[in-house]
Amino acid sequence: MGTALDIKIKRANKVYLCGEVLSGVVVITSKDAVQHQGVSLTMEGSVNLQLSAKSVGVFEAFYNSVKYTLRCDMRRSLLAKDLTKTCEFIVHSPPQKGKLMPSPVDFTITPETLQNVKERASLPKFFIKGHLNSTNCIITQPLTGELVVENAEAAVKSIELQLVRVETCGCAEGYARDATEIQNIQIADGDVCRSLSIPIYMIFPRLFTCPTLETTNFKVEFEVNIVVLLHDDHLITENFPLKLCRV
Amino acid sequence: RDTFPMDVAAFDSCRLEAVPVEFGDYHPLKPITVTESKTKKMGRKGSTSSTSSSSSSSMIDPLSSVLDGTDPLSLFAATADPVTTADTTRKKRDKDDSLVVGSDFEPWSSKRGEILARYTTTEKLSINLYMSSEKGKATTPGSAVSEKVRTRLEELDDLEEGSQKELLNLTQQDYMNRIEDLNQSLKDAWASDQKVKALKIVIQCSKLLSDTTVIQFYPSKFVLITDILDTFGKLVYERILSMCLDNRGSLPDNFTPESVNDTAKETCLNWFFKIASIRELIPRFYVEAAILKCNKFLSKTGISECLPRLTAMIRGIGDPLVAVYARAYLCRVGMEVAPHLKESLNKNFFDFLLTFKQMHGDTVQNQLVVQCVEIPSYLTLYSPAIDWILQCIAYRAPEVLLTEMMERCKKLGNNALLLNSVMSAFRAEFIAARSMDFIGMIKECDESGFPKHLLFRSLGLNLAMADPPECDRLQILNEAWKVITKLKNPQDYINCAEVWVEYTCRHFTKREVNTVLADVIKHMTPDRAFEDAYPQLHSIIQKIITYFHDFSVLFSAEKFLPFLDMFQKESVRVEVCKCIMEAFIKHQQDATKDPVILNALLHVCKTMHDSVNALTLEDEKRMLASLINGFIKMVSFGRDFEQQLSFYVEARSMFCNLEPVLVQLVHSVNQLAMETRKVMKGNHSRKTAAFVRACVAFCFITIPSLTSIFARLNLYLNSGQVALANQCLSQGKIGVCFNCIIILSCQKTEYYYDQSRGCTRVIRKLLESIKAGAGSERVCCWRTEEYKRYQTPGGRSCVRE
Repeated sequence: MGTALDIKIKRANKVYLCGEVLSGVVVITSKDAVQHQGVSLTMEGSVNLQLSAKSVGVFEAFYNSVKYTLRCDMRRSLLAKDLTKTCEFIVHSPPQKGKLMPSPVDFTITPETLQNVKERASLPKFFIKGHLNSTNCIITQPLTGELVVENAEAAVKSIELQLVRVETCGCAEGYARDATEIQNIQIADGDVCRSLSIPIYMIFPRLFTCPTLETTNFKVEFEVNIVVLLHDDHLITENFPLKLCRV
Repeated sequence: RDTFPMDVAAFDSCRLEAVPVEFGDYHPLKPITVTESKTKKMGRKGSTSSTSSSSSSSMIDPLSSVLDGTDPLSLFAATADPVTTADTTRKKRDKDDSLVVGSDFEPWSSKRGEILARYTTTEKLSINLYMSSEKGKATTPGSAVSEKVRTRLEELDDLEEGSQKELLNLTQQDYMNRIEDLNQSLKDAWASDQKVKALKIVIQCSKLLSDTTVIQFYPSKFVLITDILDTFGKLVYERILSMCLDNRGSLPDNFTPESVNDTAKETCLNWFFKIASIRELIPRFYVEAAILKCNKFLSKTGISECLPRLTAMIRGIGDPLVAVYARAYLCRVGMEVAPHLKESLNKNFFDFLLTFKQMHGDTVQNQLVVQCVEIPSYLTLYSPAIDWILQCIAYRAPEVLLTEMMERCKKLGNNALLLNSVMSAFRAEFIAARSMDFIGMIKECDESGFPKHLLFRSLGLNLAMADPPECDRLQILNEAWKVITKLKNPQDYINCAEVWVEYTCRHFTKREVNTVLADVIKHMTPDRAFEDAYPQLHSIIQKIITYFHDFSVLFSAEKFLPFLDMFQKESVRVEVCKCIMEAFIKHQQDATKDPVILNALLHVCKTMHDSVNALTLEDEKRMLASLINGFIKMVSFGRDFEQQLSFYVEARSMFCNLEPVLVQLVHSVNQLAMETRKVMKGNHSRKTAAFVRACVAFCFITIPSLTSIFARLNLYLNSGQVALANQCLSQGKIGVCFNCIIILSCQKTEYYYDQSRGCTRVIRKLLESIKAGAGSERVCCWRTEEYKRYQTPGGRSCVRE
């Protein structure tokens, strides 16, 4: 092998905050002496916009389209190819000052609390209660709470936590709202014991979540759905908007 | 930051000179041990590795430590004080003890085989794997986010394309092979740096644990799959540990998170994040539990925070059987990594008790109906898991805790299952002391639930190891046997009886043992039930002979021989006979002439002898012969020489197929002749002369039936010498004897030159004894004639002498 370039960022997790210095080294490995006309370092931040498939004329910004890269180029003489190496890193928005106020939520799910039900009479009886310790969440801390199936006529098949990212983008003329499931975590599998509290616990995925963001024409929000699936294929969902932040 | 700026090598050599080497415990770079205030800190760091790294957070700045007067050299001198060293070492050991499971904890590995052997099935099994073919591509760490999304999407596509593989109709063996394949492919994937693939394999495997079709096989499945999980846990741990390698060498066993570098931490964190995003509950639980130990890299309290969370997580598992095994796994990993964290162990058990009612709920009952599994056999599926959890809890636990556990079990309806596990897991002494309570509880158990005979068996196992209070002993036996004797199924019966025989032997006399044996015979004879119970019957015999060393007592128990008669399959019968003979040879102190023993043992030996046939291996024959010889040597009629001889004659007729026995008999008879001579002080009376002649005759008749030339040679020589010594010249027997020797030796030397020395030696001895003997001229004349006739190279050398 010939000459090789490598970028080594000092921080192992490659996470930087606004205003910080990104430091590290560029490693050039070569058997012999290398001639070059300069080594340059470029930093690039980009947002990849895509036309929405749903509403014509509106751009849709996917969360993952925000990208920061560090690029190292080594220019060489005509005979040798230029060398390039890129390395991605992550920029976190600066943590907010002050303490986050926990906002616990208690919930009860029974056939009566449900909306969008066609035939309420055909529903099996059930009584599920629980709480989320806080809907204001620190992004690095798990979402926690408890859920108790007090009783259910039909056997429970599964209980899941569905984390949804809602991106809204647009202006006065119209806006696009795009909800994506970014993580689904099963917290109960099978017909769970009645009246026994089951922990609600979900770690926010690092690559798919960011602090809740609200600007005039762009919003990134998160929601969690508690989904209870019964054996007769009834699907019960309870929605909770979340507010994520970095502290 | 944390290293000493000292020349390590110089230091090491220094230690070798001054301190008697304290293996592994003492390290010169940890001299702070001496100062009282710092002793505690040091204890934690006790490193058993021989590397010179001593990095840890508690390490104080070397410069300031010098100022403190705790510089390594002066401290070093201080540590040489043996008392201090010993003291600190012991303290450290005590502390370490709580962090490591001792050898008195029965490890999982010893349970494995038992479970695999016990929980089997003939039903067809299936494996459901969602493996896409092209998972080989390991995503490079730090690859672009969008790239990750793309691979994720690709994987989703793969799933939809029907990469799901369902293997149906597997026999148990096929299934086990498949699992072994998966284990291998996990290792291969890991070795070829395909970490993602490895993780996928593990996830798929743990998913199999949520499947309870063919429920009888579930415990075995658990064993097989958790093996894979263990492998995975080890691989991940070692990988991260290897990332911690730097110029200081590897980390000590009890490193602190501060000494782990950032890259290793980041990798570790990545694993945890990846696992936290596994969708399904059961794989997420198992995989995280498998790498529980890796928490050590991240924070000191990691494990103690994780265990309760994982314990709570199991509450989400609906199937009680799946859940209890998940608990068993968590306890297993917990005991391995942090045995001092007892609370989660207890919590696991209490949580299990809370879900106890589920076993009788509709969901479970419907499942059993579909699978045609009876409740009692379903309940026994729980035993390995509950046993294990309780064993973890009971390990070095205070008596109070055990009592509390027992009370909790009592409170639940149909507690037989728990009761059984309590008896298998808790200390035998604890159980034995409360035997009467347990018997009471067992009696109250619901007939339709957990099989009662298993309960009595478990109790019996405890009583075989620990003694109940003196006053209760007979009552315990009576109460237990009352139930055991009512068991209808011979297998259930014998499994129980086998265990209780030990208790009976331990505390009671021949009479009670005899009664028990009679009962066993009564139960096992109908329909030849004993044929299916040879191992248990064998073990009964073994237990009896371990406790009854006095064979006259043993054989006078009238049911003992009838009991032996139940061993009708020859191979088993011979094995049993061997055991008895071994015990006899080991324990019988004095020679005996007790007719009861002789009769019984001759019968036993005859059985062994009669099993010999053309197919018997040499080794086996040797074994049998040495046992029979051991017996023959132990028989003595004292001064009654004639009786003794007639015993030998009888023995010869009985054991004619085993040459070593015949050899022994010839020796014994020769000895007998010499004994007689001794008694008569060399001058035989008419009567004794006749007796000695009978002895010599015995030998000369017996020797020719041996096939081994050299055995014959030696015996002829011996017998000849004995005959000479006893002045049996007139017999003509000596002539025959010596004649035989010469013929044999000459013949042999012709063919086996290499062995001619052996023959020569025999002949030389022969000549010597003749010279020493009466020196009868007749013999001498005869000798020369014979020698001339058979001149051979070997022979010639003798003649010259």
